[in-house]
Amino acid sequence: MTVIHVDGKEYEVEPGSNLLEALLSAGLDVPYFCWHPAMGSVGACRQCAVVQYANDDDTQGRIIMSCMTPVTDNARFSVATESASGFRESVIENLMLNHPHDCPVCEEGGECHLQDMTVMVGHRDRQYTGKKRTHKNQYLGPLVGHEMNRCITCYRCVRFYQDYAGGSDLAAFSSRDKVYFGRAEDGVLENEFAGNLVDVCPTGVFTDKTLSKHYTRKWDLQSAATICMGCAQGCNTYTSERYGEVRRVHNRFHQDVNGYFLCDRGRFGAGFVNSDDRIKQAGIRRDDGLYEAVSLAEAVSQASDMINASQRVVGIGSARASLESNQALRTLVGADNYCNGMADIEREMHAIIIEALKSDIATPSMREVEQYDAILILGEDITNHAPRLALSVRQATRNKAGEMAVETKLALWQDAAVRELAQNSLSPLMIATPTQDRLDDVATLSTRLDSAGIARLGFAIADQLHDIKIAEDDALEATVSAITETLSAAKRPLVISGTSSRNADVMRSAANVAAALKEINPNTGLCLCASECNSVGVALMDNEHSLTALLGSSPDTVVVLENDLATTLGADFKQIASSIKNLVVIDHLDNATASMSDLVLPAATFAEAEGTYVNNEGRAQRSMAVFVPGHHGAASDIKASYHLLDNLADRSRTSSEVRAEMVSHSPQLQKVIDAAPSEDFTVRGSKIARMSHRASGRTAMLADVSVHEPQQPADADSAMTFSMEGVQQQAPASLRAFTWSPEWNSNQSIMKFQESVAGSDRFGISGALLVEKTQPPVVYDATVKQIGQLVPQHHIFGSDPLSNHAEELASLAPQLYIKMNDQAAGELGVSSDDGLSYQADGQSLEFRVIIDNAIPDNCLVYPLVPDTDCLTGLDEVSLTRIDDWTPPGPAGKAQLITSDRAN
Amino acid sequence: MTETPLTRNINPEKGPTDLTAYEANGGYQAVRDTIGQADPKSVLETISDANLRGRGGAGFPTGMKWSFVPAPSDTGHRYLVANADEMEPGTFKDRLLMEFDPHQLVEGMILSAYTISADIGYIFIRHEYHTAIQRLREAIQQAEDRNYLGNNIQGSQFSFKLHVHVSAGRYICGEETALLNSLEGKRAIPRAKPPFPQVSGLWGRPTIVNNVETLCNIPHIIANGADWFKSLGIGKDAGTKLYGVSGRVNNPGCWELPIGTTGREIVEQHAAGMKKGYSLRGFLPGGASTDFLIDEHLDLPMDYESIQQAGSRMGTGTMIILDDKTCPVGMVANLEKFFARESCGFCTPCREGLPWVKEILDTIEAGDGQPGDIETLERQAKFIGGLGNTHCAHAPGAIEPLTSGLKYFRDDFEAHIKDQKCRYSQEAVR
Repeated sequence: MTVIHVDGKEYEVEPGSNLLEALLSAGLDVPYFCWHPAMGSVGACRQCAVVQYANDDDTQGRIIMSCMTPVTDNARFSVATESASGFRESVIENLMLNHPHDCPVCEEGGECHLQDMTVMVGHRDRQYTGKKRTHKNQYLGPLVGHEMNRCITCYRCVRFYQDYAGGSDLAAFSSRDKVYFGRAEDGVLENEFAGNLVDVCPTGVFTDKTLSKHYTRKWDLQSAATICMGCAQGCNTYTSERYGEVRRVHNRFHQDVNGYFLCDRGRFGAGFVNSDDRIKQAGIRRDDGLYEAVSLAEAVSQASDMINASQRVVGIGSARASLESNQALRTLVGADNYCNGMADIEREMHAIIIEALKSDIATPSMREVEQYDAILILGEDITNHAPRLALSVRQATRNKAGEMAVETKLALWQDAAVRELAQNSLSPLMIATPTQDRLDDVATLSTRLDSAGIARLGFAIADQLHDIKIAEDDALEATVSAITETLSAAKRPLVISGTSSRNADVMRSAANVAAALKEINPNTGLCLCASECNSVGVALMDNEHSLTALLGSSPDTVVVLENDLATTLGADFKQIASSIKNLVVIDHLDNATASMSDLVLPAATFAEAEGTYVNNEGRAQRSMAVFVPGHHGAASDIKASYHLLDNLADRSRTSSEVRAEMVSHSPQLQKVIDAAPSEDFTVRGSKIARMSHRASGRTAMLADVSVHEPQQPADADSAMTFSMEGVQQQAPASLRAFTWSPEWNSNQSIMKFQESVAGSDRFGISGALLVEKTQPPVVYDATVKQIGQLVPQHHIFGSDPLSNHAEELASLAPQLYIKMNDQAAGELGVSSDDGLSYQADGQSLEFRVIIDNAIPDNCLVYPLVPDTDCLTGLDEVSLTRIDDWTPPGPAGKAQLITSDRAN
Repeated sequence: MTETPLTRNINPEKGPTDLTAYEANGGYQAVRDTIGQADPKSVLETISDANLRGRGGAGFPTGMKWSFVPAPSDTGHRYLVANADEMEPGTFKDRLLMEFDPHQLVEGMILSAYTISADIGYIFIRHEYHTAIQRLREAIQQAEDRNYLGNNIQGSQFSFKLHVHVSAGRYICGEETALLNSLEGKRAIPRAKPPFPQVSGLWGRPTIVNNVETLCNIPHIIANGADWFKSLGIGKDAGTKLYGVSGRVNNPGCWELPIGTTGREIVEQHAAGMKKGYSLRGFLPGGASTDFLIDEHLDLPMDYESIQQAGSRMGTGTMIILDDKTCPVGMVANLEKFFARESCGFCTPCREGLPWVKEILDTIEAGDGQPGDIETLERQAKFIGGLGNTHCAHAPGAIEPLTSGLKYFRDDFEAHIKDQKCRYSQEAVR
């Protein structure tokens, strides 16, 4: 450790860090703006000035920027001395010359880093009497608001957007005191991580529009630690509510998972909780075929009767429902009649993931992914399928820059200097996908193949790693050799694949590459992206029972848990669903399955029910309920699915009782218990509060209903209260409902909960890794089966069944298109912007033709959106050109397709 | 008559010196004698011994600057950049050198590139210097034709390609790292140092940036030796210097004189004294971003150390004279307007601090000053000008005329506020 002296006190600090990090890690309060724990230092704002003394005799010292100063042994500094504090006060005073002081109407007010820093430096009285500079704001799309007058020009937004996230449509314009951060013209921000601007902006320039539309101050929100439902990465979020409505989602730091950043699906996708498509009441289909809303009690009683009268009841689980709900279903129908609800191909692919998790090849967390120095991606468009992982891969390509910096003796936190030194030098990233990929801009090798071609490529790489050459004349030979050489030369090679291509051969080939690499390099990693937020969880629980087998076993009653079989079964759905005698659906959103059901029960979403979800590293994480449906307004019948399922068997258990039963059936899930403390946990006898001490409305917000303050609902499932009563700051990380610390009201307060800046949580790690990695890797047979023409393309906005119901994200979903190269277009007799029609089984779809010659021959790439569920599982389709077709729709959606094409 | 190596080929009435005339007067002899003949290390030694200091304003020893360039360890490019972005108000010395003797700069760059093993050079020149741009391009073409530039220069292993890059035009591009960013097509924002350009400069590669006048000295030092160069200066500094004078003098202009010539000789002899009816109130010794000095300082030698000891900087050596009929407040206001406008907008004290200063000065000059304004100016000057307070040297330089103006012309500031008007006629520079 390095020893420094600050205001006469001695501190042991991390060698090689900058002084600001060191001071903050030591718990000292030093104001800052442009520095960010994940983005390093540039020295723009000058806010973190302190005084450094040359030696013991130096009494004057000189002003230095702590973020730009490396710590050295026995260096002497002062934070408190008047010359430093006076300078810092002047910085705020000058930063605020043009700031509109519109805190009362600013969304950032109350959690504003600029407010916090202003109070911290003690600047109060305003001397400036001139006019303020004003800017024109821009329309940046439905997600992020723009109010440039509040800007203090810290450059964090462009540093995140361009440098960290690889975006190109947000920039710094103009100069002097007129610097402007925005787009060249109004328009939807293109980057998939644009929502992080809301978090990185230290004031209210970039705001969350999904919060603005029903704005609530931070202190009036009821919040809880939640897990994102958007994909299988398991990003940690805070979800916040008021008046029974989810108001916003923002980042919850987890040192191993999402760090400081979320993708826009995760941040803006939770609007489905408030959707008009919610199933809010139980319903029973009458004899005339129409649905009747009934009380929950009546529906439960009828469903129980239905089940009791049945010879055979099967339960269809769900990869997007919690482990608890799946367990309750398994208990209800019996283990032999339960399946995890995945289609057979999904089950096959997730079996490969489970085998990989059990193998002794490392399964990196997203934080660890950033450390790999050569990455091969096989068949997975991670930006659209596992978006947050793409941000980590982008950082991994900068390891080369890190190496160059070390050679030049440049500290890695010297962000601008390291980027300048490295220029376009990248660590190898090699991508094999059917279409252009958002990571192509940082890829050192991109190749376009159909999924069978990708599988063949993968198996050939694995062979060549074992010194088995492929035929010289094979078209893949050069690519295989280049990739093999690069992976062999790497210190830490990583193979990434996943389920999005719906081709298990691709995943098997990736596993073989990793297994072959592991033989020559113990630092090899393998990362297989799963499909849904709990796919790995339910696959670990039971991956043996087949959905189609169960459905084909002539059940009288089928209980479907949070699973739209139209998506799961694809083209086969209608035929199968119509053959089911009694279809009981437990779900929270209306969908095709619910429409065909005989009885439906209103399930809680993640925001209303506690549950455990397992991400694709096998990390079990507990998501806490944020609020109780119906507390504000009409009583609600919505309940957690596991409670509804228990009700059907006339049972009532807490979530931890369900978990206890689950681990007794499935010992492989034992560590699920450790993911978070259970309901009997207390801190010094207190439960954990979901509201802040300042929650001004809690005692008054129902006064319009009754002046008698109702009792707050109790939470039998967790160690938390629906109230401000209880412990806040001392809560374990997995239960902490929000971060706040005296003088730190913004999201930057997270550092007060970290051991050191960006380090591990002082209140314990949340979540638990379930799988012991002890087995030798499985080596798969290198056969590749023939595939059809159709290539499903995931979209960050559009391909997720839940966030599709968030209106802002729905507006960004792609219109139907089919992308193909000139050869395929020639065979179909179409050209760019023609219409293609698909008709089958009463389904009729129209697609816009997009010509993209990067796409391999015979491939027809189509977007995976609800409308195209009917194509899932089909090998061939019959498409006909539509004469005189005019492309439909508003410009916004069309624009997205165009920009997609321009990539 | 003292020697004037830099301007010996320059006679504005005759037009530019062409290649034939340049060669006839010994031009490119140093290139023929040095490239492939002399060891670059010994050339560097000569430059270090000559005590040549940077003529762009900071006066950093050129030999030392070059010595920080690491020895070539890979095959990547290494760059030499001539800073010809002469945007300092009142400064026009480099223009003279480039317009009338472009080959001198080209030869200086070839020799400098050889010394630091640079293979690519850029002349980063301000947009307004149309004539110089054209003449430099012609000179480069001619030098290429004679194989003074290009591949395997004069049959040696040394190759050097030289380009003219025309700036899009910002004062901050004169700051060497902002210049490099601009040259890369990025925003003209200075870089934090370290790393210095010698280690990670243009496109992250080893780079030297030198002022035009500095580079023009190189052929003469190499041809005549370090001792000769040192003998040219009067005081501690070596060589000659292009001094200039602007303002209400009889003969404004630019002259090559021994470095260390007194201000009084420059103003009274070469600039032929103040115009009739005007007397000297003060002067900025080295361009707009230096502190005011007053009459008593005219007797100091114009060299780096003497001017610094008097509380200013020699800067570019081109003086701007404040006369007694011009309002000092108006002059300072005008200068701060320029500097506020030219801030790159990166760091807070400069970006926000200078416009506020400018606004207060405008208010005072307009007769609307308030008690306390001077204190605010002083507070802001300290905030903006302090060592290390800002990301680069723009703001500290920008604030020097204000700090020194408040020191020497405080009465004027106070009178403006008290009388609520400017007592100078409106001939004031505005």
